[in-house]
Amino acid sequence: MSAEMHAHGAALAADSHGHHASGVLQHQFDSLEQQRDASTLGMWAFVAQEAMFFGGLFTAYIVYRFLYPDAYHIGSHQLNVVLGGINTAVLISSSLTMALAVWSAQTGRRRQLTAWLTTTLLLGFAFLVIKYFEYREKFAHHLVPGLHFSLPAAGAEEGHVQLFFSLYFAMTGMHAIHMIIGAGILMVYIPMAARGKFTPEYSHPVELFGLYWHFVDIVWIFLFPLLYLLGRY
Amino acid sequence: MPRLHLDKPGDYPLAHHVIPVRTYLAVFTALIVLTGLTVFVAFHHLGDPWNDVVAITIALTKATLVVLFFMHVKYSTAMVRLCVISAIFFLLMLFGITWSDYWARKVPAIRVQQTTYDVR
Repeated sequence: MSAEMHAHGAALAADSHGHHASGVLQHQFDSLEQQRDASTLGMWAFVAQEAMFFGGLFTAYIVYRFLYPDAYHIGSHQLNVVLGGINTAVLISSSLTMALAVWSAQTGRRRQLTAWLTTTLLLGFAFLVIKYFEYREKFAHHLVPGLHFSLPAAGAEEGHVQLFFSLYFAMTGMHAIHMIIGAGILMVYIPMAARGKFTPEYSHPVELFGLYWHFVDIVWIFLFPLLYLLGRY
Repeated sequence: MPRLHLDKPGDYPLAHHVIPVRTYLAVFTALIVLTGLTVFVAFHHLGDPWNDVVAITIALTKATLVVLFFMHVKYSTAMVRLCVISAIFFLLMLFGITWSDYWARKVPAIRVQQTTYDVR
């Protein structure tokens, strides 16, 4: 049974793409189908682990928000809702272009795949550039936790507002690092896609990267209302 | 077992389930609309817990759409679903148990204080 399935997988690889597709099926798998399922599950285990990692930051957010709700409102009002909102739209758009990249890979559209991956990368850069201007504004206004933190308007809550900003920088900073890592992987993938490395039978590297990119999008979907939109009424 | 033919872009027998572009566009539209909604609601006072309840509900809805369609979980294997569900379960354990601990220390302390004042 196993040998038969292996033969089937090898036949698929050889059939579909001649010479270099034989390198697509790793020897420990019986078939491309099995290889795809195994790697997808592995990626999901990693994404679940990432969710627990960000979960620690969200737990800190929940605890201190419960203890110092007023300081969170004061801190949130210092953030730029317009830039945060634009960045949310940019990130959701990049998730769409990533999904379209996966679709292009699955349906064997090489040029479209390259174009969508490139668009995703550019949107990722746009997000980081906007984030840079937001951070620069915080440095200029002495809202970075540390020696120069100053928000006299907060009165007695100033220390707790500083705590809010520690969480703001930890959460958005860790999110931005994930974006930078994602951009790095895209810069490796785009030339591979242009060379025709990804085919319908070997689309899962693109699919697995998509899982990572969408996960980073989900983190921001929670960060935006929890950090930027408190007590705006 | 069917043989593999890749004559035209529409042939993709090895992909589990190729989600059509119109589904992606519909999900994208919903995500943008929900983002607008969460901003709109944030600028209207709904009474104490309700702004948070609405914001979290919208964020959870958006995350669910991304997981089901962009991340293909709607068409995934049982093992992948188990992985997703266990991650959500343990996150809720982390949030719930930690929060309830802080709540149990803070709120009863306030009540004891109030009772003491009443007696005085």
